[in-house]
Amino acid sequence: MGLLSKKDTKLITDPLADNNPITIQVLGICSALAITAELKASIVMAVSVLFVLGIGNVVISLMRNIIPSKIRIIVQLVVVAALVIIVDQVLKAFAYELSKTLSVFVGLIITNCIIMGRFEAFALGNGPWRSFLDGIGNAAGYGVILIIVGFFRELLGSGTLLGFKVLGDPIEKTGLYALGYENNGFMLLSPMALIVVGIIIWVQRSRNKALIEDH
Amino acid sequence: MDLKKRLHILKRKYKYKKMAPAFNALHTFLYLPDETTHNGTHIKAADDLKRTMNIVIMAMVPCLLFGMFNAGYQHYIALGEIEAVSGGFFSSEFWTLDNFLVGLVKILPLVIVSYGVGLAIEFLFAVIKKHEVEEGYLVTGMLVPLIVPVDIPLWMLAVAVAFGVVIGKEVFGGTGMNILNPALTIRAFLFFAYPTWMSGDKVWVHGAVERDQAIAAGQNLDAISGETILGSLAQGKEAGYEVMDMFLGFIPGSVGETSTLLIILGGLFLVFTKIGSWRIMLSSVVGAIIMGLIFNQVAASGWITDSSKFYGLMSAPFWEHLIIGGFAFGTVFMATDPVTASQTNKGKWIYGFLVGFISIMIRVFNPAYPEGVMLAILLMNVFAPTIDHYVVQGNVKKRMKRLKVKTA
Repeated sequence: MGLLSKKDTKLITDPLADNNPITIQVLGICSALAITAELKASIVMAVSVLFVLGIGNVVISLMRNIIPSKIRIIVQLVVVAALVIIVDQVLKAFAYELSKTLSVFVGLIITNCIIMGRFEAFALGNGPWRSFLDGIGNAAGYGVILIIVGFFRELLGSGTLLGFKVLGDPIEKTGLYALGYENNGFMLLSPMALIVVGIIIWVQRSRNKALIEDH
Repeated sequence: MDLKKRLHILKRKYKYKKMAPAFNALHTFLYLPDETTHNGTHIKAADDLKRTMNIVIMAMVPCLLFGMFNAGYQHYIALGEIEAVSGGFFSSEFWTLDNFLVGLVKILPLVIVSYGVGLAIEFLFAVIKKHEVEEGYLVTGMLVPLIVPVDIPLWMLAVAVAFGVVIGKEVFGGTGMNILNPALTIRAFLFFAYPTWMSGDKVWVHGAVERDQAIAAGQNLDAISGETILGSLAQGKEAGYEVMDMFLGFIPGSVGETSTLLIILGGLFLVFTKIGSWRIMLSSVVGAIIMGLIFNQVAASGWITDSSKFYGLMSAPFWEHLIIGGFAFGTVFMATDPVTASQTNKGKWIYGFLVGFISIMIRVFNPAYPEGVMLAILLMNVFAPTIDHYVVQGNVKKRMKRLKVKTA
């Protein structure tokens, strides 16, 4: 690794697996449940958070020595709100339909616990380059889970992927539907997203026993 | 050497092999184990988990057999081949071989799929977890075919059973550790995943869906409709069945839930063998009656007029709610599940009452969820530990008070 030192690489790879913000820290669950019924929405959400968290971490890190600690939450909010507004406006301009599906959840990135959590826990105490890597890593960890959940929910719930009818046409009864297969409506409801996230957590912890908390 | 002896030897030989739990399960299903407890305190009791479960299954067999006759009976009535008969439990039109065969062909596969998939998963988990197979699925496996519509596609049932056993039970640690009743988890999964197969006026009578497809394909046939009474009432229509028919069970519905008479007999059997809790059954009926009476009063007082979408179900006499839909079946066989119900006696009264009360409430207020019983029991399953906690705490407080009075 020429570009990144070993320590820096860990900043990106850790949140992808053993310190995943969703499955290990159980943060940012609300948006993971709400918008993962379609793969496309999941991907856009993942990219939006990647943008906001990557840039936001750098901005906060650059300002870390001049932010008075008493009002740091407000400063963090302003930064994240500004970035989210940019994302929201871009989506409205170039992907209007999608921004309607995501509706309020783009705006709610502001309150996504992962973002404020990384600002507080990392960007306030580390340099811009490391903060950038940490932001990218955590956003990617969040996005990976979103995309996995979105993949299964769209595939099993609607029989499509990114809108393509991969399993055949349910109305004309082609593909799998000719055999009597039907879409699972439960997958489109939010509780099923929770169960899918739960299954990912289950698989992850049974592969790596060190992640299991003792009680 | 007889088979029993040979199995015992085999068991000892393969004790530490990977598949041992699966083998032991089959072995103890056939014979009593030849080993006894070696240490610790033991209680000598005639019934174990397996016998308890067998008694529950025995209580359900009449419902299953009745369901088979009823499946054929509803099918032939819908086709117009026989006339509906009213009254009389021993009607000769009902107890015919033709009816039974139709039901047998449709319902036996449901039973086989339910047990096959469920037990396969139990065996798999026993092997993975390296402990003995738990008998928990014996009752669930029999409940499941009784609470689904007769025409449900088998693969859907298989998917739902897999989901219910894994997510409803195994993730919590298996039999005795589950929060939700697995059979109802399976039904709820089906209900939310495949609503077109779980509600409406087509699914309750065998053949209605096929007939619709034939009509859609251009054949000149009459559509079959087999609406449940709850469905008709929710639309403000008359129930369309004699009260006696509703009680005896000559109505469309899930396989085993229609005959209130046989369910009551099964319930009495459970109460007399001390397997089912009479407190839960009784308080659930009381809860349903009170909710029904409240609704009747509201409808009678004119707050709700017949233009309201709640009027049909609200004005139905309170006792009718007890004999239609899955209320009786849920109360007797599902709410009394010893694992997921409240454990304390006082808790059982509260738990049962709320099951009945909420069942009727959901039925009336949300006609889209005609089976309020299922949702009410699942909800109360979640609250059962909380109820127990407060009952126990209340008891502790009471005794602490007594202690203070004495010492003072």
